[in-house]
Amino acid sequence: MTAQDTSRTGAALDLAPARPAHKARTYRRLPSQRDWPFWLVIAIQIGILAGGIALWQAAAVYGWIDGFFWSKPSDVYATLIKFFAAGDAWTDIGFTFQSTIYGFLLGTASGSLLGLSFWWSRNYAAVVQPYMICFHSLPKLALAPLVILVFGIGLASKVAIATALTIIVSALTTYAGVKALDPDQERLFYSLGASRMQVFRKLVVPFCLPWVISVLRVNIGLALTGAIVGEFIAAQHGLGRAILYAGSTYDIALVWVVALVLSTLAVVMYGAVSWLEYVLRKGIKQ
Amino acid sequence: MIAAMASVTKVHLDNVSMTFNTPSGPFQALAPVTLSIAEGRFVSLIGPSGCGKSTIFNIVAGLLQPTGGRVMLDGADATGTIGRVGYMLQRDMLLPWRKVLDNVILGMEIQGLPLREARGRALPLLRRYGLAGFEYAYPNALSGGMRQRAALLRTLLFDTDVMLLDEPFGALDAQTKSHMQEWLLQLWGDFGKTVVFVTHDVEEAIFLSDEVYVMATRPGRLVETIPVQIARPRQRSITLTPEFIGIKERCMQLLNDAHKAALDEAA
Repeated sequence: MTAQDTSRTGAALDLAPARPAHKARTYRRLPSQRDWPFWLVIAIQIGILAGGIALWQAAAVYGWIDGFFWSKPSDVYATLIKFFAAGDAWTDIGFTFQSTIYGFLLGTASGSLLGLSFWWSRNYAAVVQPYMICFHSLPKLALAPLVILVFGIGLASKVAIATALTIIVSALTTYAGVKALDPDQERLFYSLGASRMQVFRKLVVPFCLPWVISVLRVNIGLALTGAIVGEFIAAQHGLGRAILYAGSTYDIALVWVVALVLSTLAVVMYGAVSWLEYVLRKGIKQ
Repeated sequence: MIAAMASVTKVHLDNVSMTFNTPSGPFQALAPVTLSIAEGRFVSLIGPSGCGKSTIFNIVAGLLQPTGGRVMLDGADATGTIGRVGYMLQRDMLLPWRKVLDNVILGMEIQGLPLREARGRALPLLRRYGLAGFEYAYPNALSGGMRQRAALLRTLLFDTDVMLLDEPFGALDAQTKSHMQEWLLQLWGDFGKTVVFVTHDVEEAIFLSDEVYVMATRPGRLVETIPVQIARPRQRSITLTPEFIGIKERCMQLLNDAHKAALDEAA
């Protein structure tokens, strides 16, 4: 009886019009978007870039902006040629590249190992967690002057800052992988009589690899930032030092040139790491 | 035939019980259970969710320390030791980064058998038991039934006398399930293992088993042991015989009673 009443009410509700009775019902079409051809996208991108540069040049030439502070594309180009002709360029690029790669490798490797190590003991993980979170939220660049004092103005201090920036991100991400591990999967291993080391090597490490890999691209950018900041504070070589030097001598064109070189370096390294990630992922899947 | 010759006790649970300490007080998951399973037998545990089937399995596999009682394997105390019995969980738990062949040798690998030898043992079995052509495929290329086959072969190749199978066919469609049941019986006949099988499916339990243990909840406990004296090999058509239907009715009645008792208690 009651059940019937309920169902009737339900039916009545279903039939209640969802629109005013006097309005005719209109039907929407599924929104659709047509993709532009690839060449068109590229052409527009190049057009925007060229337009921007032309506008900049014109603005400096006609005095809309102060050419002393902003410089202009023609000067930047001339300085670029000079920069590479002078010979220091490759030393600086090499120095920054080296500190970035060392910091990236050191930070990623030790961070991943740290994250994986939490699998061994929940108690240990619980004790260490707050320290990790603290260090993670700390603006590590603020400690850069201290790092320079401890590690000197050479390569070591740049590597240290780059490592500090990357290590916790790697550790936390890898630990997320450890936490995502299926307890049943572990139980299966133990039911086969596995030791903890066997579970670690044959299950935990391969399972967490995708997490380790996912953080590579983030880390290469962070490592570069760390290296540059280290060079800002004290260095004899490096692109960061070159920018600082150019700025302090009001050579604005040189600032642009080095920034340009730096972003090229960043893009190249990002591309290389993306490729590495792709290869590793494929290696895992197949 | 095998049922007739069975006599040596393989697995013996001696007053095994399990109580968990929960925030709302102790919870008895398993009232003391005593049962003996003879060597080479195929037995099933059936019962509603929460009747302690999985708890029994975990205790026998050594993954859970019982709060009371002992687990005897071949007459020796095996309580709390791992790696003594093959245990297949509900989900296949195949490692996605390993090929099928390397998945099924996992048990042997963990026991320290050289990989080459382990693979050598596994290959003919994979080919004979319906995974030919998939030896070097990754698990994600396999259908549900195939994956269960691989998981079962992994359990079998672990090479223990006892296999615990926890609802291995629970997630399969009816057609695949009945194929898998016959496949499992073939495997059991070929290797003569002692199999303990957990299922929700009464018909599956009777069709496969020499004995069916009916369990109940609150607390999880053993209610009755029902022998299935139907000759093997069994055809699918035996499910229509009066004998089979009689056993099925008896099982259903026991499960129903247990269900009602649980409802009354809750009310």
